[in-house]
Amino acid sequence: MLKFKEYACPETLEEAYGLVQKKRNIVLGGMLWLKLQDRTVGTVIDLQKLGLDTITEDEENYYIGSYVTLRDLEIHEGLNAYTKGAIAHAVEHIIGIQFRNCATVGGSIFGRFGFSDVLTVFLALGAKVELYKNGIVSVEEFINFPRPLQDILVRIILPKNVDGAVYMSTRNSATDFPSLTCAVAKVSGEYRVSIGARPMLATLVTDEQGILKDGITKESAESFGEYVASKVTFGSNMIAKAEYRQKVCKVLVRRCLNEL
Amino acid sequence: MNEEQKKIVAGYKTVGKSFPKKVSSQLLSGQPVFTDDITPSDCLVVKLVRSPYAHALVTEIDTKVAMRIPGVVAIYTYKDVPQKRFTHAGQTFAELSPQDRLLIDQRVRFVGDVVAIVAGETEEAVDRAIKMVKVKYEVLEPVLDFRAAKDNDVIIHPEDNWQALVPVGADNKRNLVAHAEDTHGDVDGIMDDCDVVLKHSYHVRPANQAMMETFRTYTEIDRYGRLHVISSTQIVYHCRRIIANALDIPKSKVRVEKPRIGGGFGAKQTVVTEVYPAFVTWKTKRPAKMIYSRYESMIAATPRHEMEVTIKIGAMNDGTIRALDMYTLSNSGAYGEHGPTTVGLSGHKSLPIYTANCEAHRFDYDVVYTNVQAAGAYRGYGATQGVFALECIVNELAYKLDMDPMELRMKNIVREGMTMPAYDNEVANACALDECIMRCSKEFDWENKKNPVDLGNGKIRAAGMALAMQGSCISNVDVGSCTIKLGDEGTFNMLIAAADMGTGCDTILAQMAAEILDCELDDISVFGADTDASPYDSGSYASSTTYITGMATKKAAQSLRTNMIKIAAEMLNKPVEELEYNGDGVYAKDGSGFVSRYDIATKSMCNNTIPATVTASHSSPVSPPPWMAAMVEIELDKETGEVEILDYHAVVDCGIPVNPALARVQAEGGITQGIGMALTENITYNKKGRILENSLMNYKIPSRLDNGRLNIEFERSYEPTGPFGVKSIGEIVINTPAPALVSAIAKATGVWHRDLPVTPQKILLNMDYE
Amino acid sequence: MEISMTLNGRKIKASIEPNTLLIDFVRAQKCFSVKRGCETTNCGLCTVILDGKPVLSCSILAARCNGKTVETLEGLQEEVAPFTKFLAEQGADQCGFCNPGYIVNFAALLRENPDPTDEEIDFYLSGNLCRCTGFESQRRAFRNYLNYKKEQEGAK
Repeated sequence: MLKFKEYACPETLEEAYGLVQKKRNIVLGGMLWLKLQDRTVGTVIDLQKLGLDTITEDEENYYIGSYVTLRDLEIHEGLNAYTKGAIAHAVEHIIGIQFRNCATVGGSIFGRFGFSDVLTVFLALGAKVELYKNGIVSVEEFINFPRPLQDILVRIILPKNVDGAVYMSTRNSATDFPSLTCAVAKVSGEYRVSIGARPMLATLVTDEQGILKDGITKESAESFGEYVASKVTFGSNMIAKAEYRQKVCKVLVRRCLNEL
Repeated sequence: MNEEQKKIVAGYKTVGKSFPKKVSSQLLSGQPVFTDDITPSDCLVVKLVRSPYAHALVTEIDTKVAMRIPGVVAIYTYKDVPQKRFTHAGQTFAELSPQDRLLIDQRVRFVGDVVAIVAGETEEAVDRAIKMVKVKYEVLEPVLDFRAAKDNDVIIHPEDNWQALVPVGADNKRNLVAHAEDTHGDVDGIMDDCDVVLKHSYHVRPANQAMMETFRTYTEIDRYGRLHVISSTQIVYHCRRIIANALDIPKSKVRVEKPRIGGGFGAKQTVVTEVYPAFVTWKTKRPAKMIYSRYESMIAATPRHEMEVTIKIGAMNDGTIRALDMYTLSNSGAYGEHGPTTVGLSGHKSLPIYTANCEAHRFDYDVVYTNVQAAGAYRGYGATQGVFALECIVNELAYKLDMDPMELRMKNIVREGMTMPAYDNEVANACALDECIMRCSKEFDWENKKNPVDLGNGKIRAAGMALAMQGSCISNVDVGSCTIKLGDEGTFNMLIAAADMGTGCDTILAQMAAEILDCELDDISVFGADTDASPYDSGSYASSTTYITGMATKKAAQSLRTNMIKIAAEMLNKPVEELEYNGDGVYAKDGSGFVSRYDIATKSMCNNTIPATVTASHSSPVSPPPWMAAMVEIELDKETGEVEILDYHAVVDCGIPVNPALARVQAEGGITQGIGMALTENITYNKKGRILENSLMNYKIPSRLDNGRLNIEFERSYEPTGPFGVKSIGEIVINTPAPALVSAIAKATGVWHRDLPVTPQKILLNMDYE
Repeated sequence: MEISMTLNGRKIKASIEPNTLLIDFVRAQKCFSVKRGCETTNCGLCTVILDGKPVLSCSILAARCNGKTVETLEGLQEEVAPFTKFLAEQGADQCGFCNPGYIVNFAALLRENPDPTDEEIDFYLSGNLCRCTGFESQRRAFRNYLNYKKEQEGAK
């Protein structure tokens, strides 16, 4: 159980950012993961007063505040129409609705968890994160940022250049962690495949070899699946072995492409 | 059932009807009725310091710094506790389980074993103190592989005062908790004579009951200076004895009661938390409470015995099964609770299924100590593991003989009236197993589903089937009792010590009493269980409550009727022979007089020497088996190994179901637990013997999305030795899913998995052992 | 620190330690229906309704609920009475320990979707574990209730 000394609920982002500069302080997302940790921190920082729990859009982008819950994402009509349900499919297996009403997209992304369905799908969709001090960076870049990071994730920006997306995953039981996650999206004419729960963090594979240059066919989908499975590295943990993940990777990529 | 039995059953007024449970309104409205709701919160918090090693001696333990933490009241180590060994197992005395426990032992025998008891005024103080207790260990070599435990150089219980009160083949110097060999007929000769002989080993892991309410106990000193224990337990009387043994105080100094319990499934048939707060309260004279976390309930509780069942089956080409040879190796873990008893069921409550043509059988077993969490009682109690092995090999035999598994079974199953040599020569007086299979096949549409269908999209549909049996009580051992009181206004109080842990036994026993007393169910209020107030009952386990406590209830109700007539005889000034009782009261057969229940109750409280309270007890020389047939259809993804359960049909012969709605829920719940055991519930250890699946996050029990549609039917039989024809249903219901699913998976993939759980990875990678 | 919230329709003020979890806070306020079944967010027994949405009270700081509305089963008795009797009929209560969690969650579902399909109910309640029933009796009870409700509305 997480232990802490003080609870703060800042009124401005600047105030929140100031608090986060102390290494012993942390920002609360849904607190679901933090609560499981047996550690003591200084101040926990609650951002609920900063209006970060909305999804808005303009012509170019969707703007998803970091306090938007996974359930909000799941039922947002616009986002799901736009991503052909990929976002909903990414989150709908996660434990339960009560959990998803607490878990925040900011917490999921900032945490950069290997098992994260959320990270997998946003990586494929070509999303960006907006950090208070470090500015706007792509999700690929953000994955490699240092940990811990003394910055605030303000929102996720999803550019409106996605032309189709599919999300699939495998798991040992319906509400379990995934044994593998796979998101495929066509963004600005380019295919992006994101494989997560390897068990490592989601990683991006693009069509450098031009396997899909003539479009998606049964053969090219199968080839690309094999290509991704050979390019990505896998590991073993309690949930599955590397061997299983590699076999399944091939299958999921192929199925996602065929559905695209 | 014969015509007469059918007539009797058709005439029942309360038995056989689906009443809501007596307690349902309280549960569904969230009333505070569980242990932590009804006991004070300002009492000592009790937790344990646990060993990080699988096998070690505590050479030094320093509690001085921890004791200085404000709020810490007491810390006890192995130096502070009685030195007489006892068992935690909830069994009739003299327990078959070895007397191998101390409250705190200097030797720790599994990761999580108790090293010290810490009591404090707040949870925070206790948590801090646990971290500050300084322990030095001499780390010893652990025995982590149960296949290497017997006669291992490392002895887990070398102590001189270890003892087995009953000869079960136990020998601590050989790490043996039990051993037996039993052969009937010329097994080897007949095997040689068979056309087909198959032999395989099947492995079941130590699945966790995972009831929603973890273990918890509250203790205080009562107004007589006795220890008063309120605990989430299935066994109030055994608890009393075990706590008294642990503390080395007289049994008369202990009172144990149980409030509403949030599930047990056998987990609470062993003392888990009780002895620790009891010790604290006895020493400090202050109330204390211990609530196990889910983590503790996963690593230091009482899971199913890991078993490897090796079974050999001999049959002819026409499907006649002539010989069965079973060897069970059971892993008792660090302590021997329920070790000698669960293993017996693996053979005794499986092999009799195929009585019809079996000419010879052998059943040998070993139960060993290892340095992992001590196993205990979990629904099925050994039968589950034995049935898994037997039903799997019968399915494999069907495949080998190219025979329909249903046909193979119909040819060889026990039929009503047969004597069962593998079941202590008991006669199957009530057996509708053949009807269960036929009915199941019809409801499930076995003919059209038995052959797999490739759907062309990477998925394949396939079906499997399995049978099961269990028992109804431990014959010649279990005691059930019931006290019924006639009270003001002619209503009744029923006192029992059988523990309703959600099963609804309070309600069905009241139904039985109401049947005899010819009254409304609401006229009877039920109380249970309290060692001060309830008549002696072994407790809720062994599927004995309906059959044994039910018979005691029936006897008590009949006895009370007799006494009511006697009281009425004085009121009406007539001899008892001229009187008769109906639900409303007692009337003279010649119509010349009538007194109501109300009147009789009133009379019983004034100038009366005839008891209006009666107690009856019952035991049985037999344990009539319930029977079950099940069929399951799955959709298996050949490219990912994932299995979806489409449809599960089961038909149960539990005799006469007392409350069909509740019996149905028992079946649905048990099947779902069985599905978890078969597909998703895994237990593994790291190299140091630490359990990796230690929470509901990584120990996956079925959710709503995991069990498919369950369809339960009943085929009734009439058990002459059971009250109203009943047998039991509590445990059998968990026994079919694992073998049924394994055979469906085999149909779909061509691979027979013999190691549970069968995960998508195992399916995809075609492995037998992870 | 001081917090105030509306708990089951009553405005309350309390002094708490900052690390107090909502579940322990409401139980201290005598809402004993809210149960703890695990430490890892998996069981759903602790479900309460926070500002209209079902959440896990085991994982929310009471401090974060300052100024908000919390409903537990104690405050939902009238709202759930119409369907709990169908649960009683099926014997779906069993041990009762998981009942408050899924009953509160079902009430939350009906607020969002008054006429869910069986699949939608299973999906919405998938975070509510039960070890006793195998879920079928709950499914039957909900379906019977919804059919009954439709009949009543049709008859009007």
